[in-house]
Amino acid sequence: MADAGPAINPIEQFALARHLRIIVGNFDVSITTSTIFMALIAIVALWLMSMTAKGTPGVPGRLQSLGEMAYEFVEGMVRSSAGDEGMKFFPLVFTIFIFVTLANLIGFFPYSFTVTSHIIITAALALLVFFTVTIYGIWRHGLHFFKLFVPDGVPIYILPLVVAIEVFSYFVRPVSHSVRLFANMLAGHITLYVFGSFVAMLLGASAAVKLVAVLPFAMTIGLDALELLVVFLQAYVFAMLTCMYLNDALHPGH
Amino acid sequence: MATQAQQSTQAEVGQEAGHTAFPPFDASTFPSQLLWFAVIFGVMYYYLSKRFLPAVGGVIESRRGRIAKDIDEATAMQAKADAAVVEHEKALAKARADAQATAQAARDRIAAETDGKRKALEDQLNARLAEAEQRISANRVAAMGNVKAIAADATGAIVQRLIGRAPKAAEVAKAVDASAGA
Repeated sequence: MADAGPAINPIEQFALARHLRIIVGNFDVSITTSTIFMALIAIVALWLMSMTAKGTPGVPGRLQSLGEMAYEFVEGMVRSSAGDEGMKFFPLVFTIFIFVTLANLIGFFPYSFTVTSHIIITAALALLVFFTVTIYGIWRHGLHFFKLFVPDGVPIYILPLVVAIEVFSYFVRPVSHSVRLFANMLAGHITLYVFGSFVAMLLGASAAVKLVAVLPFAMTIGLDALELLVVFLQAYVFAMLTCMYLNDALHPGH
Repeated sequence: MATQAQQSTQAEVGQEAGHTAFPPFDASTFPSQLLWFAVIFGVMYYYLSKRFLPAVGGVIESRRGRIAKDIDEATAMQAKADAAVVEHEKALAKARADAQATAQAARDRIAAETDGKRKALEDQLNARLAEAEQRISANRVAAMGNVKAIAADATGAIVQRLIGRAPKAAEVAKAVDASAGA
């Protein structure tokens, strides 16, 4: 950073660079930074799980333990919130969980890119869940699926209001589901960037001011720890909500 | 994060589209992101659901089965060991009781024998003691008799020397008896 006082631009870290231009019809489907990091996520995820799959039933190695830990973690999550029947969606939940976890974690490294900091990706994930729940629910239960919107034991005179609220909240789900993850990642990375930039700016100033740089540096360390928690927490929350929504598709009668 | 160098060589998608939109809301990148997300997520889902997750699940399942079997075996062994301990303690208690009974019997027998021997010996010794006492008192009576005779003789001789004539034997015996009684 230059002495002239560099402009802090915490937004540029989210910008996508095109690395290979591909235009199909009216659509620009170029390979961008996001594509490369998504490919990296897939490679890491598939490598980890293929190494785990090669394991023996004996004492697992480190990598195998890690993969099995992820497997059992998601398995527990699916079973506890969607029941044994929910296990038919286990591969979907697992893929979502590992995708989001790795996207958040890889984005945590400096100079990398966070795939989940773009709302289109989190929206795609949330809509995937939403349509899976809706289509499976209707296919499996037919009209009975709409009992989801009619809770038991509600007096008839407030039932229309309750149903309206239930229907509304159902359609708002993909919004809250996607914005929660996107906003957490975006805000976290902006905050880290801002405090990191303060350190650089203060170090570029006169000797007396340099000492002050300790404060934002300490803040950055604290924020890093917090952000690492958020990385896993948000992945967990996203997968957990997926399980709860899937539970609605499996057992719509509340 | 796009560096300055990247920015100069590769223009941002947003800027290229003629406006400087907030990158996450730049709709011109949406088709590319959606397409590649669908492709990459689809590949991940395919390989995970068809290959790796069933394999990992199988490994975990077989490990659980193996652990359950091992635990069952260990429980059975434990039960066996417990039974053996009970058996062993029973045998030990029986042996101890036997040993105590045998020792008691031996002790009783030996005590009885010793008592018998001691009693016989005591009887024998008492008999000998009584016999010896009888002999002693007989000897003493005999000795006392002899002493009187000697004293009478001596008295007779002394008196004869003093008065020049022998005293009568009856008087001498009377005098000796009187002085011995004194």
